Amino acid sequence: MKENGEIRIGFYICHCGVNIASVIDVERIAAYAATLPGVVVSRHYKYMCSDPGQELLGSDIREHKLNRIVVAACSPLLHEHTFRKATENAGLNPYFMHMVNIREHGSWVHEDKELATGKAQDMIRAAIRRVRFHEPLEKKRVPVLQDVLVIGGGIAGIHASLTLANAGKHVILVEREPTIGGHMAQFDKTFPTLDCAACILTPKMTSVKDHPNITLWSYSEVVKIDGSVGNYTVTVKRKPRYVNEELCVGCMECIEACIYKEGKWPDEFNVGLSKRKPIYIPFPQAVPPVPVIDPEHCVHVKTGKCRDTCVAICGDRNAIDFTQKETLTDIKVGAIVVATGFDIFDATQIPYYGYGKYRNVYTALEAERLINASGPTGGELLLPDGHKPESIAIVHCVGSRDVHYNRWCSRVCCMYSLKLAHLIKERTGAEIYNFYIDMRAPGKSMEEFYNRVSEEGVHLIRGRVADITPQALPEGSDQGGYLGKLVVQAEDTLIGRVRKIPVDMVILAVGLVPQKDAEEVRRMLNISCSTGGFFLERHPKLAPVNTFTDGIFLAGACQGPKDIPDSVAQAGAAAAEALALIDAGSVEIEPNTAYIIEEDCSGCKSCIPLCPYTAISFDEAKKKAVINEALCKGCGTCVAACPSGSIRQHLFEDEEIFSEIDGLLTYA
Amino acid sequence: MPEKQKPAEKRKAPEKPKVALYWCSSCGGCEESVVDLAENILTVIDAVDIVFWPVAMDFKKADVEAMPDGSIFASLINGAIRTSEQEEMARLLRKKSAVVIAYGACAHLGGIPALANQFERERILRYIYEEAPTVINTGGIRPMTTYKDNGHTATLPVFRHVVRTLDQVVDVDYYIPGCAPTPKLLLDALLALLRGERPPKGTVLAPDTALCEECPRKDSKPTDLHFTEFRRPHAAPIDPELCLLAQGFVCMGPATRGGCEARCIHGNMPCTGCFGPTSRVRDQGAKILSSLASNLDAQEDKDILKILEGIPDPVGTFYRYGLAGSLLRRALKPL
Repeated sequence: MKENGEIRIGFYICHCGVNIASVIDVERIAAYAATLPGVVVSRHYKYMCSDPGQELLGSDIREHKLNRIVVAACSPLLHEHTFRKATENAGLNPYFMHMVNIREHGSWVHEDKELATGKAQDMIRAAIRRVRFHEPLEKKRVPVLQDVLVIGGGIAGIHASLTLANAGKHVILVEREPTIGGHMAQFDKTFPTLDCAACILTPKMTSVKDHPNITLWSYSEVVKIDGSVGNYTVTVKRKPRYVNEELCVGCMECIEACIYKEGKWPDEFNVGLSKRKPIYIPFPQAVPPVPVIDPEHCVHVKTGKCRDTCVAICGDRNAIDFTQKETLTDIKVGAIVVATGFDIFDATQIPYYGYGKYRNVYTALEAERLINASGPTGGELLLPDGHKPESIAIVHCVGSRDVHYNRWCSRVCCMYSLKLAHLIKERTGAEIYNFYIDMRAPGKSMEEFYNRVSEEGVHLIRGRVADITPQALPEGSDQGGYLGKLVVQAEDTLIGRVRKIPVDMVILAVGLVPQKDAEEVRRMLNISCSTGGFFLERHPKLAPVNTFTDGIFLAGACQGPKDIPDSVAQAGAAAAEALALIDAGSVEIEPNTAYIIEEDCSGCKSCIPLCPYTAISFDEAKKKAVINEALCKGCGTCVAACPSGSIRQHLFEDEEIFSEIDGLLTYA
Repeated sequence: MPEKQKPAEKRKAPEKPKVALYWCSSCGGCEESVVDLAENILTVIDAVDIVFWPVAMDFKKADVEAMPDGSIFASLINGAIRTSEQEEMARLLRKKSAVVIAYGACAHLGGIPALANQFERERILRYIYEEAPTVINTGGIRPMTTYKDNGHTATLPVFRHVVRTLDQVVDVDYYIPGCAPTPKLLLDALLALLRGERPPKGTVLAPDTALCEECPRKDSKPTDLHFTEFRRPHAAPIDPELCLLAQGFVCMGPATRGGCEARCIHGNMPCTGCFGPTSRVRDQGAKILSSLASNLDAQEDKDILKILEGIPDPVGTFYRYGLAGSLLRRALKPL
């Protein structure tokens, strides 16, 4: 027991305006705390976090010679720092201050005032008992590595990389696909300004390629992350593309020369609407402009027996390299920006919309490719049977705002649906019917865009589509490959009638969902997910690009559905946060780290494999475990698991925890 | 030897320090360990007078009662406390002794008898006196605390609801751990006390580092131990060189105080934990459980359960000696 001298505790309970005081009887608690052993001062105050609140704490420390402080208020996440600072300013070690969260764990979650007050009373009694055993602790500083890893090369990852690189930091951009560009590269034009997506994106892609501070690793994946803020070791898997990026000049002659004269396999970039060869480039402006060989279908890779026409045409450039193997490379970085993007909702999950069943039902992403000049049809919107559609239905909210699928609004669908309506009307003159639930057009120039499209003669029907069925053809009529019309049925809630509209083509405005492997990525990064599966920001308002893991930042739609302007803005913010972290040169580490009492350790090695931050190693000379304090994040795993109780943790010493439990369980 | 006589000379008392030995709920192994001092017992006898040792010498309770309070230099009490008689004797010896030593795992931690704390008293009595396969007791007769016959009254001690450690009944000064303690620990402890050494009250008179420290197989333990199965010693051959945990045997060594000279390990058997936890641990079973469970090489519930099938009796494995003194202590409801 380490009580040094007389313990003089100051206790403060915050009203938090009415946030706490409307449920918890703060006066009664202040009076109660005053009766507990060691408590010298006990007060309640309207806003403890305000300047006068902090000053009250400081003057009490000086005047009453307080040496321990307990503040019952909001979450320590919010104001622990504030009160530690105030304690320190008054000349007391900041770790003599302990916070009790009676707002998030009290007034905000309980209705019964009597019970909530009783619970708060138990919690503060626990804290007052615990704080006796607190010891003075010092923060430490560790240096921060200067390189940054950006995961994902969509518009968010590109923008974050360029921002950091322009600030003089070395960025390693890892992209899983053979090219960067992400979803934006697949779009035709962008709402609400109708800029051509490729025209504004490809210059940025080229800048990435040419930037001296960016190392671009496409066709690569992050497989392992160790370490912690300022000091991450990341293992990147580089898949063999069988074309040497250094030697390839991007002439694409190898693709021409492939023994397959025509494409044979679904082209990923065109969402399967066209075919590609085993050696291909996703799209002409791909970065890096280097073809990739699909090992599943390349005859050489599969059988070793091929005429190797690609090798022959490449000649003494020697860029085709079938000896390439998958490699694992370790890099060391100080910060990580996660920009892994989104996936689109799988429309086959909603059987009554007929996607995958009727050939003239498309997703919006397919429609983007169909109207794109570099798309599979050269920009001409054609049905699979070669006809030009004369009427088209665009169904909003597919997989979004729906209790059966995803509850969230995917945020971009209304606007991209209007954009598609505009572009298709402009190019084909077809009748367009947009079926929407609510038209959501917030944000700069969005409402104006909506007004513009609605004045162009697009039919906007307020109603959720209930069913899409093929129109019956007259009996005996020869279909002759003709697809027939689809009848889209919805209740038009503005006129209160069910409408059945026959159309040639249906476009489903599919929502945005997390990437399929988001959960694995989340686990690898040791960050959290929100309920929908998108990565969770540290605070929705005040720390929107931070995660709960220091040094890992979020950019773009991996954090939630977002349009391009928001993704770019967030990418810039993430880059700035990463920059602020690494540019400081060092980080303070909280002193609540674990430590080993050397003479107590038996060297049983139980703790070593458990550390998520690889902070524990085995000293072969002494035969003892050793904790690297700079790497320790104070998670407590080893402390709990040490079978001989030889690992302890600052701020979570046994005396502190047991006295807290005793305090909690003691009847007042 | 002269060195050992010094304390007695210092006191300038004609009598040697008095020592008492007593057993409560135990198997007798602790008594055996005193005899195991072998020729060293002569050293002890030279230095002290044994004034009470029911298992070996004919003294009565009344003899102890007649002694002045605090006149016994040290009482070594082994065994857990289950009956009113054991309580009474423990209290009597406490009163008469300057130092009380809980001797052996049962007095120290509850020991094997405390495993009975998994069952409530009624169930134990019912099984022992009625249901056990070897019992024929058609009348359902149970032992009674008093029985009158022909004007005479016979009494039996009360069988309490729970098995307790010695320090849950009387104040204990020191502990000598083990099932049974090694003769070396006993001799070292006695001689130290006779020299006048007084470690802080509550000290366990053995090293305070886990057994791995002195384990001959320490170097063979890998730093990345991952359990894919647990094996039981009777069911698989045991490599005599390799760390037992690395072989998948539950070895309590990492969670058990050393000082036993790794005797079980030398006998090619895993440590079962009889020395109890280090002074830094409140609950030995919880600690080893936390450590082993953290190192299971499985993520899914069903795979975890599959691995844990290798430990069919977790209480008997992790709390073999420590149940009474642990945070669990006893089952409150019939299992």
